[in-house]
Order: sequence, then C-alpha cells, then structure tokens
Amino acid sequence: MDSVAAIVRSDSKRALATLIRILGDIELAEESLQEAVAQALEHWPRSGRPENPLAWLITTARNKAIDRQRRRVLERRYSESQQDLHEVPSAGAHAEEGMDEAVLGLHIQDDLLRLIFTCCHPALARPVQTALTLKTIAGLSVAEIASGFLVPVKTMEQRLIRAKRKIAEARIPYEVPRPADLPERLGAVLSVVYLIFNEGYASSGAGELIRVDLCKEAIRLARMLVRLFRGEPEVSGLLALLLLQHSRHRARTDADGQFVTLDQQDRGLWDSGMIAEGRSLVEKALHQKRPGPYQIQAAIAALHCAAQDPEKTDWPQIAELYAALEHRQPSPVVTLNRAAAVSKAQGPEAGLKLLATIEELPDMQRYHYFHSVLGALLAECGRASESIAAFEQALLLTRNPSERAYLQSKVTALLGQDKAG
Amino acid sequence: MLYALLIYQAEEVTEAYGESEQAAVMTAHGQMQEKAKAKRQFVAATKLMPTSSATTLRGARDGIGVIDGPFAETKEHFGGFYLLDCANLDEAMDYARQLPHAVTGAIEIRPVAYNEVVTPDPETGIGVEQFETLP
Repeated sequence: MDSVAAIVRSDSKRALATLIRILGDIELAEESLQEAVAQALEHWPRSGRPENPLAWLITTARNKAIDRQRRRVLERRYSESQQDLHEVPSAGAHAEEGMDEAVLGLHIQDDLLRLIFTCCHPALARPVQTALTLKTIAGLSVAEIASGFLVPVKTMEQRLIRAKRKIAEARIPYEVPRPADLPERLGAVLSVVYLIFNEGYASSGAGELIRVDLCKEAIRLARMLVRLFRGEPEVSGLLALLLLQHSRHRARTDADGQFVTLDQQDRGLWDSGMIAEGRSLVEKALHQKRPGPYQIQAAIAALHCAAQDPEKTDWPQIAELYAALEHRQPSPVVTLNRAAAVSKAQGPEAGLKLLATIEELPDMQRYHYFHSVLGALLAECGRASESIAAFEQALLLTRNPSERAYLQSKVTALLGQDKAG
Repeated sequence: MLYALLIYQAEEVTEAYGESEQAAVMTAHGQMQEKAKAKRQFVAATKLMPTSSATTLRGARDGIGVIDGPFAETKEHFGGFYLLDCANLDEAMDYARQLPHAVTGAIEIRPVAYNEVVTPDPETGIGVEQFETLP
C-alpha cells in the first residue's frame, strides 16, 4: 500500500464515526465516504494532500451524501436535528460546527466512542454487535469479518444489512449510555475490542499475518475505555492483555513474513516497555480482587512475557490459569489453549486427552488452529501419519499465506522423517 | 418517533393476584403514565379483556375460519399496549422497564410505522374512554 492510500485509509476510518453522527445513517455515511475516498485517491497524489485531510474527507463525503439524496431526505433530517438541538443541547450541539477543522479533531474520539456503544447496543444480538463494530469502527471488510466469525460472506452481509436497518428503524441512539446502564453495556464493548485485536493479531485475510494497524486500533480503543472507566479491573485487564500480546509482534514473524512460534521467537525483539506497562496494569487490576476473564488472560500473557527463554516458562501455572478461565468462561477455544499448556506441563498425551473432549464440535472441526495444535501434539507422540493428516486439514482451513507456509513446512518435515524412518 | 410497548403476560399469573399485588401493578402503570404525560410523550394506553373473550379469524382452505379463542395457545398472551412518543429506543426501553410486566412477563418494543387517531367526540362517543368506570 503506498503512502497516500495508507493515509486515506486511516483517515477514512476516523471520518466514518463523525459522518454517521452528522448524517444519522450508517449506510449513507459508508457510501458517501467511499466516494470521497475515491476522489482523494485520484486528486491527492496530483494536487497534494489537503491541510486537514480528515476534514476534507468528511466535508467531501457530506457533500456527496447531499448530492446522493438530492437534498430532500437530508433536509428533513437536518430540520429534525435542528429541533433536537433545542431539546438536548449536549448531544447534538456540534452537528454543524463539527465541520469546522479545529472543532472536528476534538470530537472524533467522542464520535467513535458513541458509535461503539450504538454498535454494541443490547437491542442488537451479540454476533451482530461485534460484526457491526468491526465494520464501522475498525474498518474491516465483510469478507474479513465473515472469516473471523467462521460464517459465509453472504450471511455476514445479510447480518450487517439487518443491523443497519434495525438501528435506523428502531432509532438506536448514537450516545454514550447513562452511568446506570454503563456496566452492562461495557461488557459488550470490551469483547468487541478484544475481537478487533484478535483480527489483527492473527489476521484471517490474505497478506500480512499480523495487522499492526488493527492491533494498535484495538489498543487505542482500550486506552480510551480505561480513561473513561478508571478503576474498572476488567477494562484494565483488557488493555493489559492487548499490550502484552502486542509486545511480541515484531518477534512473531521473521524477515520473510513467516510465522514464528512462541518458543522460536527472539525474545530480544519483545517490546519491554509494553510488557512493563501490561504487567503493572494487570497486577494493579488483580489487587482489586475482582478477577475476570481479561485479567486471567492478561496474567497468562504476563507469565509468557516474564520467561527469559522458553524453558523457563511457568507452564504449570499457565495451565492452572487456563483451568480458572475455563471455569469462568467455558468455551472450546479456551479448552484448546488449555490443552496446549497442559501438554507442555504434563506431556503431549495429557494435551491430546483434553483435545478429545472438543474434537467432535463443528466449530473446532472448522477451526484451523485446532488441527494445527492437534498435529503438533500427535507429532510429539511420534504419530507422524495422523499428524500429517491434521496439518493438512489445517491447511484446508486457512488462507493466510504465512500460516500456510508454517503448516506446509511441518508437513514436509514429517514426510521427510517418514522416509528417513 | 412513536413506539408501541406490547405487553405479554401469563393470564394465570395476573388472575392469581391478590388485592395488594393488583394495586401495586396499577400504581406502577399510573406512575409511568404520569411521567409520560408530564413529558408530553403519552399517546395511548390500551388494556385488553382476557383471552377468554377473544375471537380469531384465520385463513382456511375454504375461506375464513372463525376460532373461539386467541391467536395462539401460548403461555403468555398479548394483554395490552402503550403508544409513546420517544426520541429513541433507549427512552422507550426506559418506560418499558418501569412496568412490572418487564419482570413478570415480557414487553416487546416496536417502532410504529403508521398511526392515525380519531379525535374523541363526546357526542357520538367515538374515541372516548368508554371503559373508564369499569373496575
């Protein structure tokens, strides 16, 4: 991606939330922003980048929306929002001034946060909440979201269309909820931020294995939430978890962009600043004695980061933490990770025994990482042909080139071993 | 925007209410209505007779079938509704939460697509609250 395209892409993501607030319609905002982005990609390389690219994109997109709606529909919305101004001065007061360049920058964050709470509104089903946030806040494509949720693209498209329709028809507000509703609404937001990070951490799309921009976006959102909900241990736990995971990102791929497993990573490449911040956050959070899934996961990540070399990893404690996590938040993915930890602490047979409890589940059968872990444990047990079958199954399920290369190398090594033995 | 708050409740539960429980339900409705009226958001409130009084017309192979009873034999029945003028879904949800049926039954919130009201006419009696005096 060249630099102009990269700038346009990151600016357009920031512009969307504000446009949605101004236009009061997600669909309209997305479409008109797309047109503005196309115009930017055409003009900016020739005539130079405007002084305030963000304001340029928003203004241009807004004008496109006006063209598109032939002013009629929009004028009705504007006159409605004018009425709203008198009733709720704090909520919509900057709808028009928002176009001013200086004011604009100040409101972008507010608009994003407002939009997150809209996307995570309880009147929308949980899968819809996450999908919508990934689309409108993180700027993922429908295909990427579909892949993240293990559903067909068509299904995801329909889900997003229904969601936008419901927001418009039922008038789900663009507001940060009242303090009384915040705890309940926050849980949904946290899990969405976590999912955004995961999409960047192990990208499902073709291309880079790790999408640093997405990880940074999730961390940025988590920081915003920590500022807003100071003292809420699960919010700190989430930020700690993201920082600790992201601290390893430079070591997770090699010079060729290939995936490097945890035990093979150059630990000198880990970001010690992020690790220190993450550890201090999770320690402070755990001190409040209100543990939750994010704090436990952050504690696991902190143990990984504390080991100077792989042999010094405290696998028994990690396995125990996964058991605690499984108890609080039972899910086959947690069991899968616990199996990997248990195999390190007690040997591959113990890990395989845990995998056997989830292997029948359709979600696991469709999940490439399940087959990848299974393949590794079988290989450790010397069951080469079964291991090859598992790795090949994993290969069928992931399109990520780096991950495919890793799996392919495992298969090749095992085939070589087979011939040698 | 107009929202309909559709109230669903198991009839055996409401039938079994004692005097004090009945009074508590009515008080909650009264308080909610007062708030909505004070904020000029109240449009209509309708309570239906029990389903034992219901007649259902339903398309059948040879025309229209007439059934003695409600639309569906379910545990919870549609018992009545409010029409409220709210700024957004959150406001409508706030009103719904003030009603005991949100706990003892269910309240479905639906945005209203079309609504036409006849101005009450005391001479003909159309649109006047005719059942005001009923217990």
